[in-house]
Amino acid sequence: MSWEAVIGLEVHVELATMTKLFCGCRNEFGAEPNTNICPVCLGLPGSLPVLNERVVEFALRLGEALDFTVPTQSIFHRKNYFYPDMPKDYQVSQYDEPICVDGRLAVDGVEIGIERAHMEEDTGKTTHVGGGGRIHDAVHSLVDYNRAGVPLLEIVSHPDMRSAGQARGYVSELRAVLQAIGVSDVKMEEGSMRVDANVSVRQAGTSELGTKVEVKNMNSLRSLGRAIEFEIDRQTELADAETRIVQETRHWDEADGVTHAMRTKEGSQDYRYFPEPDLVPVAPDDEMRARARASATELPTARRARLVEQWGINEPDAEVLLGVSGLADYAEAAVAAGAAGADATKWIVGDVLGFLNETGAPITELPLRPDGLAELLVLLADGSLNRNLAREVLAVCLAEPKRPRAVVDERGLAQVSDEGELGALIDAVLVGNADAVADWRSGDDKAKKKKRGFLFGEVMKSAKGAGDPKVLGPLLDERLGAE
Amino acid sequence: MSAEAIAAAVRTGERTARDVIDEHLAAIAARDAELHVFNHLAADQARAEADAIDAAVARGEDPGPLAGVPVALKDNLCTRGVPTTCSSRILDRWRPPYTATVVEAVGAAGGIPIGKTNLDEFAMGSSTENSAFGPTRNPRDPARVPGGSSGGSAAAVAAGFAPLALGSDTGGSIRQPAAFCGVVGVKPTYGAVSRYGLIAFASSLDQVGPFAATVADAALLLDVIAGPDPADSTSVREAWTPVLPTLGEGVSGLRVGIVKELLDDIDADVLARVHGAADALAAAGAYVGEASVPAVRHGLAAYYLIAPAEASSNLARYDGVRYGLRVDGRDVADMNARTRDAGFGAEVKRRIMVGTYALSAGYYDAYYGQAQRVRTLVIRDFDAAYQDFDVLLSPTTPSTAFAFGEKTGDPLSMYLSDVCTTPTNLAGHPAMSVPFGTGANGMPVGVQVLAPALGESTMFRAAAVIEQAASSS
Repeated sequence: MSWEAVIGLEVHVELATMTKLFCGCRNEFGAEPNTNICPVCLGLPGSLPVLNERVVEFALRLGEALDFTVPTQSIFHRKNYFYPDMPKDYQVSQYDEPICVDGRLAVDGVEIGIERAHMEEDTGKTTHVGGGGRIHDAVHSLVDYNRAGVPLLEIVSHPDMRSAGQARGYVSELRAVLQAIGVSDVKMEEGSMRVDANVSVRQAGTSELGTKVEVKNMNSLRSLGRAIEFEIDRQTELADAETRIVQETRHWDEADGVTHAMRTKEGSQDYRYFPEPDLVPVAPDDEMRARARASATELPTARRARLVEQWGINEPDAEVLLGVSGLADYAEAAVAAGAAGADATKWIVGDVLGFLNETGAPITELPLRPDGLAELLVLLADGSLNRNLAREVLAVCLAEPKRPRAVVDERGLAQVSDEGELGALIDAVLVGNADAVADWRSGDDKAKKKKRGFLFGEVMKSAKGAGDPKVLGPLLDERLGAE
Repeated sequence: MSAEAIAAAVRTGERTARDVIDEHLAAIAARDAELHVFNHLAADQARAEADAIDAAVARGEDPGPLAGVPVALKDNLCTRGVPTTCSSRILDRWRPPYTATVVEAVGAAGGIPIGKTNLDEFAMGSSTENSAFGPTRNPRDPARVPGGSSGGSAAAVAAGFAPLALGSDTGGSIRQPAAFCGVVGVKPTYGAVSRYGLIAFASSLDQVGPFAATVADAALLLDVIAGPDPADSTSVREAWTPVLPTLGEGVSGLRVGIVKELLDDIDADVLARVHGAADALAAAGAYVGEASVPAVRHGLAAYYLIAPAEASSNLARYDGVRYGLRVDGRDVADMNARTRDAGFGAEVKRRIMVGTYALSAGYYDAYYGQAQRVRTLVIRDFDAAYQDFDVLLSPTTPSTAFAFGEKTGDPLSMYLSDVCTTPTNLAGHPAMSVPFGTGANGMPVGVQVLAPALGESTMFRAAAVIEQAASSS
């Protein structure tokens, strides 16, 4: 029998606001534990929440970007359950009246429906001490409430995806959108973007949904893909064996590459949702809605298409530019400073990205600013530098704040284009490599090409890499022909 | 001496605030061992603040409209560094790191917090018998309850321990003890007074309000604590219109409706006083008629679902993890359970269980959902009545103060003492209790004046006329 996978994703995104959802505490990652806290986010008796309007603005921006409907009014609910890292033992979230409903996102030409996006508060973070860091054997647990009350948007897709690859594509596209509209730094590794997958299988060609399994704990796009693939395989095997699939939550184990059933309590959890009486309904007025529309930025799909069109670059390179935070902005700034789009792209997705990956630094902290890269590319284009020299200059400028022209001057790096100078070098090489010249002369086309390449390299070497290939090539051919 | 008179004397330097405080502390020393009004007396702090006020007056500064007036605070209002217990073991030794907005307002007006008063645990009860620290006695007859849940604050004013007190009213917790103790008690419009720093019982119903010996003093304190608070999302955004300046404008031409549905099952002596108050209003030029608000008959039932439901969530945070009592257990869940079992009293547990049940999947619609629909009907029926009347009149309570132990064995009969007061909280409207003579047993009777949202000025004018009639009869 042939089975089809059905996948829906729940994506939690931490919003990059200055302050938390319901109080004035700073919203920052990595601060000393329990320093960004106050009576409100600690849920102390008598404290009350006040909604951070910026969060509503961010939700409206998302509404614009993903073509959501934003109803006249949405409300907050309380989701009640006991957990030590949740200060009030209820989470303020949205339930049946969320801020965004019925959106969509095109992924590789396929439209994925998005059921809703809603605002909610994050919980604190628990660290279990002793017993290998697992709660059951821990000696004691430490709770850091800095994250408690950090604003989240939960974005819930319809079960519209059919493969792990498509799910990855959706998350990657969603991440690019969230980045483009500037509401989150969307780092899966730091937990500012968390993805849970609902996976089920059904007979291909049917439309009824199978029993779904929720998979949690994927902290990268790669592990998301692996976890979903594993789960599809597991369920397909069960379905083939006509074994019942249990509705449950499973935990992805990155090291072993498998999902495990999580401990489940008897019966299903009853969260006793009811409207949060400490907050009033959220009713964005016309001015707020207009502001969200006005702030609408070019979305990744459109931008990608524009760069391919304007710069004549290929799709994969465009995807890299849009897929890494800040890369496309950097490239566009370099082009604005005089670089050709195709050249800038080639160097950015090549040497520059390589350097970033190696050092882990964000592009915004690179000593070489976009106008510096443009300066380098102009030197290359006008023949002042050849490719070898340009790479040498780039390596310096990636590591320390120096202008490319200054590096060229300092090191006396100039491309040698003088025919007399290059001619003398060629003559010396031809004399010193008489065997190769002889082989060239007696060889067929293939051997000629090979020997010619060797001799070219030798001349370039003796020019310390600075020879202008456009002068050197024809000159070499001329001398060989005259032999 | 009234709060108004004290403030006037302190502002002019005629009396020192220190003298005022010492006098009240002496009264407390003489009788609080018997009455148990205070959970915590802030004597040293109050003296220090009094000295600061006297120094300000000496420098020619005006400390404000409550200059030197001692104010008793219900022990569910947060006071920075001062124990705040809600009369519960679960908040044992907890000292809040911040102060409630209303308490800040009292201080900013020159008022002096003198101590934290006893209440039914987490404001759940009608007699203070649910306090973990023992009940408060009614100053008018120590064999009887002072009412509740703000029994300590009502008794503080009745005993002369403080001319003013703050309480909170979720279903009658200010008005009922005011009636039992023979003082004035006001539940303002929902949102008129900040709830920031009031430890929540039922968030959509809770409201802070004043106790005083006179209607004018209650107006004085209300004007100090009312107004918008950016820290409370449910607070009314418009500036507060003070009620004190228009207090004496009388009731000529005012339309007063006696709520007929709130006259059932009321003791005859109480009923007689309500009609007496109506006669007094008529004599002062008001038109008095019979009003009908049919849905109030279901108010008590709806209240006893909505309030516990919200309470079950509000009280979840007392889990032993961060503050207050902790009883160790095998694991976190066991620690939570043991802590809550040891920390909460029987009535609090009863309401948490009722509320949890009312919100449960499968029961939500039949209980919480249905109660919210009744709430909508109560509001609709009040709105209809206020088309024909400016204020409404009813008893505050079905009886005068009862004896200790009389109702503790039967929670339902205890709940019934809130029958006249809960509908106002469901509607979010203001209402106040004004003493109007005594019942057959010599205990005070309270008459309730009700008004539409933000109708406090009219409500106070009617209350002032009733007070006037009570003192001259």
